[in-house]
Amino acid sequence: MTPTIAASAPDLVVFGVAAAIILGGAFGVIICRNPVRSALSLVATLIGVGVLFVAQEAHFLFAVQIIVYAGAIVVLFLFVIMLLGVDKVNSIRRDPLPGQRPLAIVFSLAMGALIVALARWSWEATGAPSQGGTASGPGTNIEKLSDSIFTQYFFAFEATSLLLVIAVVGAVYLARRPSSPTSHIAIDAIADTEPAEDSSAEVGVVASSEHEGIAPK
Amino acid sequence: MSLGPTAYLVLAAALFSIGSIGLLVRRNVLVMFMCVELMLNAVNLTFVTFARQLDDIAGQVLVFFVLVVAAAEVVVGLGIIVSIFRHRTGATADDLQTLKG
Repeated sequence: MTPTIAASAPDLVVFGVAAAIILGGAFGVIICRNPVRSALSLVATLIGVGVLFVAQEAHFLFAVQIIVYAGAIVVLFLFVIMLLGVDKVNSIRRDPLPGQRPLAIVFSLAMGALIVALARWSWEATGAPSQGGTASGPGTNIEKLSDSIFTQYFFAFEATSLLLVIAVVGAVYLARRPSSPTSHIAIDAIADTEPAEDSSAEVGVVASSEHEGIAPK
Repeated sequence: MSLGPTAYLVLAAALFSIGSIGLLVRRNVLVMFMCVELMLNAVNLTFVTFARQLDDIAGQVLVFFVLVVAAAEVVVGLGIIVSIFRHRTGATADDLQTLKG
């Protein structure tokens, strides 16, 4: 087990405030009925986690946390919420599977208790250090992080670039509008929304462009 | 030096449990997605705690990779959600009952 280090008062205050922000934001995410409020509670949680990153001397990860998570991902969430329209349906009250909600809470709390037990008693699995290098010592945090990423973990770093390219291509493919009405996605959409209006419009276009002697497609 | 690792690990476990409860209880797909982000953040906090405690920078490297994967996951997931719910009104998981290609 680790030697217990006497915690100073400012560290305790920082941890307490950040923990309150994190837990409050997390409860806000799962309790708020309006998804916009859930997204803003998520921002509070992310910033609290970033504060604890700073408290543990992970300065570069704090910056990335703020920029990527609180900056990009939450803004993306808000864009999608606004695009789809805020759901006014009371989704907390509906319970189509009887007994699913208490079971979910019980299992989640049991899993949390298990993790706490692991953290309390047997968190040191092997004690062997990895090959990434040390976190303390001379040099700033970002120097050591970049040394490790660009030497020991360089192949994984290049693989993440491939992953990002795949994600961008996939997002563009998913978000594009169907170009030709013969693709089955478009047929599905037409059948879902308004079949009669669309077919009549198509017949009208055919009839107006070429007046007679055309068999309907 | 600051607090020992146990407080951080217990906080991360609580955050992970809250995210798990939200993922299983809520029916709004977007809120379920946010709960996945909560769980990812709990794991990131655990990684950073162990990186400091074991004096090993590899934990922070792993958090960096988790951030990249989370960004890619959110982009693709929200794209799927938008393409599913473009012609529907609400974003509720119970509406997705039909399995058709």
